[in-house]
Amino acid sequence: MTTEIFLQTLASGVLIGLIYALIAIGLTMIFGVMEIVNFAHGEFLMLGMYSSFWLFALYALDPMVTLPATVIMLFAVGVLLYRLIIVRIMHAPMLSQIFTTFGLMYLLRGLAQFFWKPDFRSIENSAVSGSVKILGIQLGTPQLVAGVGAIVVTGLIYFFLNKTRMGAALEATASDKEAARLMGIDSHKMFSLAWGIGAACAGAAGVLLSTFFPIFPDVGANFILLAFVVVNLGGFGSVTGAFWAGIIVGVMEVMGGLLLGPQYKTAVVLVMFLGVLMFRPQGLMGKA
Amino acid sequence: MKLLEVKQVSKRFGGLTANQDVSFTVDKGHIVGLIGPNGAGKTTMFNCVAGYFAPTEGSILLNGRNIAGLPPETCARAGVARTFQVARTFTSMTACENVMTAALLLQHNVGKARASAMQWLAFVNLQKFADKPAASMTISEQRRLAVARAMAIDPAILLMDEVMAGLNPSEVREAVDVVLKIRDRGTACLIVEHVLEGIMPIADKIVVLDRGVKIAEGTPQQVSNDPKVITAYLGD
Amino acid sequence: MKNTIFAIAAAALVLALPSMLDASHLNTVILVLMAAQLGVAWNMLGGYAGQVSLGHAAFVGLGAYTSTLLLIKFGVNPWIGIVAGGCMSAALSLAFGWSCFRLKGHYFSMATIAVAELVQIFFTEWEYGGTAVGLYVPMDHQGWLWMNFATKLPYYWLALGLLALTMLANLWIERSFLGYYFRAIKDEPDAARSVGVNIARYKQIALSVSAFFSAMGGSLYAQKELYIDPNSVLSTALSIKMALVSILGGVGTLFGPLVGSVVLTSIEEFTRAMFGGTGRGTDVIIYASMIIAIAVFYPTGLLGWVRSFKERGTARADAARQLAEHAASQQAKSGEAS
Repeated sequence: MTTEIFLQTLASGVLIGLIYALIAIGLTMIFGVMEIVNFAHGEFLMLGMYSSFWLFALYALDPMVTLPATVIMLFAVGVLLYRLIIVRIMHAPMLSQIFTTFGLMYLLRGLAQFFWKPDFRSIENSAVSGSVKILGIQLGTPQLVAGVGAIVVTGLIYFFLNKTRMGAALEATASDKEAARLMGIDSHKMFSLAWGIGAACAGAAGVLLSTFFPIFPDVGANFILLAFVVVNLGGFGSVTGAFWAGIIVGVMEVMGGLLLGPQYKTAVVLVMFLGVLMFRPQGLMGKA
Repeated sequence: MKLLEVKQVSKRFGGLTANQDVSFTVDKGHIVGLIGPNGAGKTTMFNCVAGYFAPTEGSILLNGRNIAGLPPETCARAGVARTFQVARTFTSMTACENVMTAALLLQHNVGKARASAMQWLAFVNLQKFADKPAASMTISEQRRLAVARAMAIDPAILLMDEVMAGLNPSEVREAVDVVLKIRDRGTACLIVEHVLEGIMPIADKIVVLDRGVKIAEGTPQQVSNDPKVITAYLGD
Repeated sequence: MKNTIFAIAAAALVLALPSMLDASHLNTVILVLMAAQLGVAWNMLGGYAGQVSLGHAAFVGLGAYTSTLLLIKFGVNPWIGIVAGGCMSAALSLAFGWSCFRLKGHYFSMATIAVAELVQIFFTEWEYGGTAVGLYVPMDHQGWLWMNFATKLPYYWLALGLLALTMLANLWIERSFLGYYFRAIKDEPDAARSVGVNIARYKQIALSVSAFFSAMGGSLYAQKELYIDPNSVLSTALSIKMALVSILGGVGTLFGPLVGSVVLTSIEEFTRAMFGGTGRGTDVIIYASMIIAIAVFYPTGLLGWVRSFKERGTARADAARQLAEHAASQQAKSGEAS
């Protein structure tokens, strides 16, 4: 294995890892604020991808241009799902919570399949297609842009959580719901916000992915398990943790594929997942 | 005759010391009250004796055998029963089934366990709830159920964690009666309690903890006159 | 008395059913029975002991592959193979339990997904096991001795028999001390420990028994379909389905999985008939909505819903009776007074 191949693999691992991080950030926020594991999170990604696709296919609008619109739309979808469904299972037994979001996962997939058919779609020749050579490493432009985009969005989230009042309120609700409520912070609003932002993050990741990844109703399945691994490795509830864990998982996945063969990419990640679950379940930076 | 000997037990959680060098004994068939202001480390001590925490230092002897660090189910088998601050009854079961689950420790026959469970329900005056779901009972009834359940493993000692909290005066009297009945059967009781008017009249001995350390041990009379105890409760 | 009549009627229906149906409907019924059997197996761990496994297909696949490989490579009779598959699965469940049981709640469920996916990847790459291409069950020996038939009817009896066996095992467990321990672990693990229940041991027992019966279901599947591959017997979709039939019908109940299986399969067949072909996802939409509805409004499943009707009915009847008695005694009293 030459240095070039190694660096190439490392770079592509980092780039895809940044996408995983973005997806996971949404997931970890939802868990951090309300302790619900959203099994339907991959479907927010899928919806983001389809939004990007249809705007491109029907109106010739580039994904990078429509990104903000898609993000806003997914934010609304997240809030809507919270208010219609999730709010009813906040105090339900865990089995109910698991199966509600599971049901949602299937429902969204089924609806996507019904309205848009199971065919694989793709976005060809968008503004970011092609490849570039940086420091001797060949990188696909869409992947590079996606990686950068993920960093930007993560940065925005980080800024929001740490430098704005509403972000502080969200963090307060995450660390102690009751105390936050006593200080006048409306938990209900915070939960809606968490779902909205969570969905928006996954939606943004979807748009970024849509420039180079096939789009189909079940695409969420490809990413949800990885998202869980990242959330777990980073620590449930930790945005910074999810960021670094995403990069680690991306690199490990791609490296594992290089060293053991592409059919074992997922296996490498899963073994790492089990290892983390068993030996450090709270992850790198999580609250236990 | 010493049944339980807590010997120089310390329990630390990272930088926090919950119990520091605590020693006391409980004699067979005695009632010992464990009291102290909030944060004194009473429940931590309880959890150490019942096996939910392993003491950082020290030993806990039950009939001469060191049970410190053994898991809860082993401590139960050895003769330590306990109740929890929240009753934690098995909500998918009836009252009788709750007690049966405990009785099954002694032998696995379901029929015999049911007979034993019915006796223990009668012991705490809950026999008419036998086939009612535990979840439908009131808090004080569930607490009595928890006591019946704990007794069904035929323990040598019963640890009760704030069993009188939040009860009105007549309920406190009922709880006291149950404790006395348990003692009269020959089971020792170690009781963490804030409701002093419940525990002081019936205890053979009182142990006082404050901020993780034992500050007094003696008869209820001695302890209530001890200036250190008074200061601990009233603050300086 | 009512129960006995009901039981006799049910038995009569079950015995007469095959003669009333054509081949394809009979096949549907067999699928219902097989899905129910897997659900009952899942329920032992998930519904009774409260450990929600979302990777149970691993055990189904282990059973299917064990019995099939034993048959193809060593000529072992499937009747022996089916038990061997069960034992193999139960043995491997020890590793599953050791790695996953220390985890609680969501973490446990996620770990089960990961373990099952790893098992699927293993079988997809394992050449001896046929990789992704799968294995074909040979047709050279037929009849009851070799659990291999050209017609559907014998598979009906097999599926029925296995379901009955699994339910009997479940019933026996439910009534024994194990049943109490499992429920205690599900409700209040710490309190269970306080009365001497070794949680790790009994969770493992629930898992091993559950794995054993799941594996037997897998072997039956292999013998019926005569073809297995990682996608059919090891997929996450299968794992979800096993959990789903119990949740729909009623976790922790004996007949829940059967009810759930009937409902789920009916929906699948109905939407296939209505919309043709793959159904364009309509069956998924319907039962996804049902799952959400049940999870949100009736966590005790369809059986729980029916039961609550009966209870409300009894409660109302009780209340009515009490009112009537009260009114009667009031009348009697006023009769005495005057």
